[in-house]
Amino acid sequence: MTGAAYSRELVLGFYRTMFTIRTFETRCIGLYRQGLIRGYFHPYLGQEAIAAGVCAALREGDYITSTHRGHGHCIARGGDLKRMVAELFGRATGYCAGRGGSMHIAHITAGNLGANGIVGGGIPLGVGAALGAKIRGADSVTVVFCSDGASNNGVFAESLNLAAAWDLPLILMIENNQYAVSTPIEQAAREPDLYKRGAGYGVDSRLIDGNDVFEVHRCTLEAIETCRAGRGPVLIEAKTYRHLGHHVNDPGHYMPQERLNYYKARDPLTTCKTFLLKEGLAAEEDVQALEAEVQREIEEAVEFARASPQPSVEEFLAEVETY
Amino acid sequence: MGAGATVQENARVIKYREALNEALREEMRRDPTVFLMGEGIAERGGSYKVTAGLLEEFGPERVRDTPIAEASFVGAGVGAAITGMRPVVEILFVDFALLALDQIGNQAAKYRFMTGGAGRVPMVLRTQGGVGNGLAAQHSQSLEALFYHIPGLKLVMPSTPCDAKGLLKSAIRDDGPVIFIEHKLLYMAEGAVTEEDYLIDLGVGDVKRVGNDVTLIAWSNMVPRSLAAAEAVAAEGIDVEVVDPRTLVPLDKELILESVRKTEHVLVVQEAPRRGGVASDIASIIQEEAFDYLDAPIQIVAGKNTPIPFNLELESLCVPREEDIVQAIRRVAGRV
Ligand SMILES: Cc1ncc(C[n+]2csc(CCOP(=O)(O)OP(=O)(O)O)c2C)c(N)n1
Ligand SMILES: [Mg+2]
Repeated sequence: MTGAAYSRELVLGFYRTMFTIRTFETRCIGLYRQGLIRGYFHPYLGQEAIAAGVCAALREGDYITSTHRGHGHCIARGGDLKRMVAELFGRATGYCAGRGGSMHIAHITAGNLGANGIVGGGIPLGVGAALGAKIRGADSVTVVFCSDGASNNGVFAESLNLAAAWDLPLILMIENNQYAVSTPIEQAAREPDLYKRGAGYGVDSRLIDGNDVFEVHRCTLEAIETCRAGRGPVLIEAKTYRHLGHHVNDPGHYMPQERLNYYKARDPLTTCKTFLLKEGLAAEEDVQALEAEVQREIEEAVEFARASPQPSVEEFLAEVETY
Repeated sequence: MGAGATVQENARVIKYREALNEALREEMRRDPTVFLMGEGIAERGGSYKVTAGLLEEFGPERVRDTPIAEASFVGAGVGAAITGMRPVVEILFVDFALLALDQIGNQAAKYRFMTGGAGRVPMVLRTQGGVGNGLAAQHSQSLEALFYHIPGLKLVMPSTPCDAKGLLKSAIRDDGPVIFIEHKLLYMAEGAVTEEDYLIDLGVGDVKRVGNDVTLIAWSNMVPRSLAAAEAVAAEGIDVEVVDPRTLVPLDKELILESVRKTEHVLVVQEAPRRGGVASDIASIIQEEAFDYLDAPIQIVAGKNTPIPFNLELESLCVPREEDIVQAIRRVAGRV
């Protein structure tokens, strides 16, 4: 990567998104420890470059489907931090009015069709969004985010084939963080390079470094071009690693320290920040100002959530009657 | 026109499958976001010819043959519905819906709820069930109780060509998701269907035969069978009212209760196995809400709790036959 190819605005944008995800989650994990957030919380820490790089390449009218590990996708697709924290608190002002929680946050008007509590469950939804766009003749692309675990579910294979058979404008982005809960991909599949599965379906497939936001962004742009030219789908496997266990209460002892260190040494935020400074795209003070601004936004979001009302019981009971 | 009543003006006699075909054609002409997908529905026009001729009129973008991949094409229907389309997805046999249960029960049914009301899934899942003629255990099931049980799904099971057409049109216009189960023995059934454009609202049942002595509640293919049974006992002086809820979710409770309050005797007939069935739930609703009116215990005639056998004689023992219904009517009317 060279500085000339990247504008200050774009790279600061990458950094801002990744820093927002990192700070949002770190702060919310703290709130979880205080008992203010309950239920499942699957941290995205360590994988920020993928959501940030992909979503920076998308435009209005494009769709994403997300997963149980979905906060990063939502933020990168323009999610409102206030409504996100409020949903994690289960409040009426949250994205799902307290009906969904972490695993079901969706921001449909921004093209985020939602996280999913079912591993692999969102993949066919993305196929459908791409199909609808094709039938309408809309110039829209859909990105399906999934991880290595989901790639072993039947709907992954079905959807890859279906999208290929119908030339759909779909990008299947496998965030290969190398674990499904505690099961390493090497144990769950003989072939741990998941991009290789695309070839058998006649699908253009790439392997990239998921910790490199520049590579993620570039590869997504190419895939989008392929899709908009009617030659989709595209399969991308981005290798990455979680910084924490599967969810906030999983210490992740099964993750070998060496490997974790290897990936932490390739922290996507550090790499991006170094690039910004080294290429002279921003000064240290600019970065600090950006970070302070993001931190302020997150504090405001937390305050908003704290001050938000609980969902109305009467409204809920009235809703129940409609089922 | 969005009435519940049967429309008789300018009627012709057409088949159930033709009525369904007309509904699809009319809705596709009216709304370009309506599209169809399923196995063998395009060129071939579907196993029961419900989609015949639609490929020719609407083209391959809107009438799509799918791979044999139920989970993903049902899910694709959900995704398309969320993003502004009105897909009508066909599953060849309701038995195969089991391959797509995640997409039906966890995705489609819950999307609106989980998104705090922000999302909509205006999808119709058309499928076909029930005992046929020797199609055996994996092609003969009546699985409506599965869908009935999952909050978030609407459930339609028409018994006549007129109902099939008006209900399918409403289902397509509904914000869904709607499970629309046809019966394989009804496709060739004929009935009067008006030339005029009409809808039948979901949640509005229909009295198929007016009577004073016994309320018989039935849906889908048990309706014609129950009507035949009702005629058979009429000679004995038992006057049966046959109530067809037409949609099980939402259920026209008021129509059922009104009839029960009149006749004070109730029989529920379902083709599906007895255990955990919709009939039991309807019976429990009646005893809860109209107990004081009942003059006799509610009777249920249902399918046996068994996989459906291939052998035709054995098969016929597994679902209510006309004579089973006749006997049950006599029992509930106290004539045995
Ligand atoms: C169908 C299904 N099976 C099992 C689970 C329980 N579960 C939740 S997350 C998870 C692991 C998923 O692994 P992967 O797809 O690699 O995603 P990652 O957690 O790495 O983001 C499992 C097994 C589930 N939610 N859904
Ligand atoms: Mg994984």
